[in-house]
Amino acid sequence: MSMIEFHDVEKYYGDFHALKNINLTIDKGEVVVIIGPSGSGKSTVLRSINGLNTISSGQLIVNNRDLADKKTDMNKIRRDVGMVFQHFNLYANKTVLENITLGPQLVLKQSKAQSQKEAMALLEQVGLADKAQSYPRMLSGGQKQRVAIARSLAMKPQALLFDEPTSALDPEMIGDVLDVMKKVAEDGMTMVVVTHEMGFAREVANRLIFMADGEVLEDSDTKSFFEHPKEERARQFLSKIINH
Amino acid sequence: MLNILTQHWSDLWSGLLFTLGSSLVALVGSLVIGTVFALLEISPYKALRVIGKIYVEVFRNIPLLVITMFFYVVIPMYIAKVNGFTSGTIGLTIYTSAFIAETVRAGIEAVDEGQMEAARSNGLSYLQAMTHIIFPQAIKITIPPLGNQFINLVKNSSVLAFVAGFDLMYQGNLIVSTTFNTTDTYIVIGLLYLVLTLPLSYFMRYLEKRWA
Repeated sequence: MSMIEFHDVEKYYGDFHALKNINLTIDKGEVVVIIGPSGSGKSTVLRSINGLNTISSGQLIVNNRDLADKKTDMNKIRRDVGMVFQHFNLYANKTVLENITLGPQLVLKQSKAQSQKEAMALLEQVGLADKAQSYPRMLSGGQKQRVAIARSLAMKPQALLFDEPTSALDPEMIGDVLDVMKKVAEDGMTMVVVTHEMGFAREVANRLIFMADGEVLEDSDTKSFFEHPKEERARQFLSKIINH
Repeated sequence: MLNILTQHWSDLWSGLLFTLGSSLVALVGSLVIGTVFALLEISPYKALRVIGKIYVEVFRNIPLLVITMFFYVVIPMYIAKVNGFTSGTIGLTIYTSAFIAETVRAGIEAVDEGQMEAARSNGLSYLQAMTHIIFPQAIKITIPPLGNQFINLVKNSSVLAFVAGFDLMYQGNLIVSTTFNTTDTYIVIGLLYLVLTLPLSYFMRYLEKRWA
C-alpha cells in the first residue's frame, strides 16, 4: 500500500527549477532516506508532502488524497503526516508539555487530561519526562529535537517527515536523537528522512534516494546502494561523506 | 504658577478628564482597528493585503489635523453633525490605528517563520496558529514600540483644542486668553500632560519586563 506518490512532479521557485520530473512511491511502513548535496531539492520534496510548498505541476498523492485537488483538506493531510525540522521549531511561548498537547487538544479534540497523559508517556519514551514544565529556551538542541519528535508523535500520524533533524546539533547530541528515530522506525512508522547520517541510513533505512540538481538520480534498496551505487555522482557523494 | 493651578483648577481638571477620556477611547479603538488592519496586511489573500496597505498608507501619511477637520467640518455637511470631542477622537483613533497596524505587522513578521510552519504541520489551522503561537509571541515584541504609539496618542489628543474638544490644551488656551499669563499656563499644561504620560510610560515598561 502506497502512502506517498509523486507523479511527474515539477517545482519552480521563480526561474529556479527546484524539482525536475520527480516520480517516487513510498509505501506504508517504509523508512526512506534521501541524501544529496545541498540545493538538490531534498527539502523541497519533504515540504511538498505536507503542503508547506505547493508543486508547480504533476501529481502528488498523500494517503490516497491528491494534494492539488481543491477539495483536499490540507489540515487533515498535515494531521496525518508529521514533520520534524532542522531547527526544531518548538513553540517558544509554550512549555515542553504544552508543545506536545496543543495539537491533540486543538486538532484531535482530546481532553486536557488525556492529552497530558499521552504527552507524558511520549516524554518518557524520549527520555525527557523531567523537562515537561521547562520552556524550549532552557533545553539543549538534542533535547529540543526529541521534544519535537514527541510533538509529532502525539498527533498519531501515519507518516513522519524529518528534514535534516540532526544537522543543527552538537555531535554529542546526535546519538540520542537518532536512537529515538530508530525506535520510531522499529514501531513501524512510515518515515522519510533527509539526512547526512549514513550510519543511521545503513542501519534503519529500507531504501535510499540520491538527489542532485532537483532530480532523483538513484533510488535503490539500502544494501545495494551502499555496496554498488549505480550512479557516478552518487558514488562520489557517498565517498565524500563517508570518508569525512 | 500655583495661582493658575488653584484659580482654574476646575477647568484644568475637566480638561484633564476630556483628554484622558479621548485618549482611552482612541487607545482601545486604534489598538483593535490597527490589529485588524495588520492582519489584513499579512493575510494570504492579495485583495485583503491591498486593502490593509491602502488604509495604512493613506492615514499614516495625512496629518492628524486634516483627518480631524474632515470629521469636524466635512462629515457634518453631508451626513450628521459631529461635535468637536467626537470628531477629534475619531481622527485620533484612525490616525493612530495606521501606526499601530504597522507596529503589530512588524511584530508578527518578527516571529520566526518556523513557528508558523511547525504549527501548520502540527495540524493547526492558520487561525489557530495565529492565536495560540504567533500572536502571543508578537505581542511581546510589539510592547516597546506600542508604548511609544500610546504616548504619542495621548500627546496628539491635543488636536482636540482645534475643534473645541474641551481637552487640556483647549482649557489652557482659554485660560491664556483671559489671564494673558502664557508662561505659567503652558508650564502647568505641560506638567499635567506628564501626569498622564509618565505613568503610562512606566506601565508599558513594566509590561515589557513582565512579559519578556
